[in-house]
Amino acid sequence: MSQEANMRRVTAIKNGTVIDHVPAGKALSVLKMLGIGGDMSNPVSLVMNVPSKKMGGKDIIKVEDRELTQHELDRLALVAPDASVAIIRAYSVAEKLDINLTDEVVNVARCTFSNCITENPREPLPHRLIVTKRDPLELRCRYCGKTQDIEALVDNLI
Amino acid sequence: MPGLITMDDLTNDEIISILDDAERLLPVARGEIYLPLLQGRILGNLFFEPSTRTRMSFETAMKRLGGDVVNLGDVKTSSVVKGETLFDTIQMVDGYTDIIAMRHPRQGAAQYACDSAKVPILNGGDGAGHHPTQTMLDLFTIRQSHGTLEGLNVVLAGDLRYGRTVHSLSHALVRFGCNVTFASPESLRMPEEIVADLKVHGAEVVETDDLLGQINSADVIYMTRIQKERFPDEDEYAKVAGAYKLQASDLDGAKAEMIIMHPLPRVNEIHPSVDSTRHARYFEQAFNGVVARMALMCRLLGVDVPAAIGTEGGIQ
Repeated sequence: MSQEANMRRVTAIKNGTVIDHVPAGKALSVLKMLGIGGDMSNPVSLVMNVPSKKMGGKDIIKVEDRELTQHELDRLALVAPDASVAIIRAYSVAEKLDINLTDEVVNVARCTFSNCITENPREPLPHRLIVTKRDPLELRCRYCGKTQDIEALVDNLI
Repeated sequence: MPGLITMDDLTNDEIISILDDAERLLPVARGEIYLPLLQGRILGNLFFEPSTRTRMSFETAMKRLGGDVVNLGDVKTSSVVKGETLFDTIQMVDGYTDIIAMRHPRQGAAQYACDSAKVPILNGGDGAGHHPTQTMLDLFTIRQSHGTLEGLNVVLAGDLRYGRTVHSLSHALVRFGCNVTFASPESLRMPEEIVADLKVHGAEVVETDDLLGQINSADVIYMTRIQKERFPDEDEYAKVAGAYKLQASDLDGAKAEMIIMHPLPRVNEIHPSVDSTRHARYFEQAFNGVVARMALMCRLLGVDVPAAIGTEGGIQ
């Protein structure tokens, strides 16, 4: 299927954010990580499992009237580190944003290990997850050293 | 401030150099020589969960070197019970002391304390995480018996899942080219991420549930306690724990120089009949906690251990 056909699945948006090259099937996790749920009034379009030359299959998300911040992009790096993000203004791509997975993910999510010292919400030091492998993504808590359950991290976003 | 949180905080050369320092400090640890290298220094003993050997040997080590010790005391009567965060406790003790030894039930607590403190932190055990000062005394004991750390066949047995001593020790052994065999019940196997780390270091890791079959080829057998509370019922515990017991008659085919170690306390896993064999080393091992911790505190406080320590009357 052509790229053009992919793009026709959902209409172009006037203003907002397009997140492309999300790993196939991960769009719902991305929405969860961005805190986009039923309580948001912005229109959101979702395309899942469409063919992609680069990835085999991919998901695409279009969020109208909302521009993602760098902090929100940091969150995205945990499930869709290779996604491409475009900010749309007046139907044109105004900015392209890169998701750069840093070597350390700071204050984005809490460690998923139940006996980690950071489990106490009153402990003030930042939550620090070290990227130990990029493909597939593997993170370890700086403090307890436990390898993180990436799916569970979505529930531990700060 | 650098501390000792995991064995990764020390290079192999540093480990050897600290073990050399510890060896020279033996007469000081025995009380034969008074060598106040750490006079005027204060150790903060922060034990948030029970400890006998680790806490006492830290205290002995500091006092043998002329320093002093302040204790957190019983957690139930400290500010911790009022809900104080670890961060705040560390800020306070940091101001009172020159170095902190700490044990905490939460994993990662030592690294967290290290990131919060100005004084060095010595990890005396964090949850099921690491126990590097125990590893240093274990390495000291192995080297004392075998004259080397390299290329030995070491069997770690018992509770490898929750036993933090074996987590730190296995990392160190692999770095010195030891062959490690993990003998444990299926449910108490070494955590996968630790096995994966060891393999990254190039180790060939053997996992088995047969302890007795490993005895004859071993240079070191490191026993750990299997705790009842790890099992759903008493019968299951009794069945499993029974397979991880050593008695003197099991050692007939062992190498003459093979040693048996245990971080203590033991319950039933080493029968008292083993105590009088040439293989038993666990009580010397417990004593070695003093010298290893003396050497570590000197290192972290930047105090050099003299190259020659006399057998009488202090430094030669």
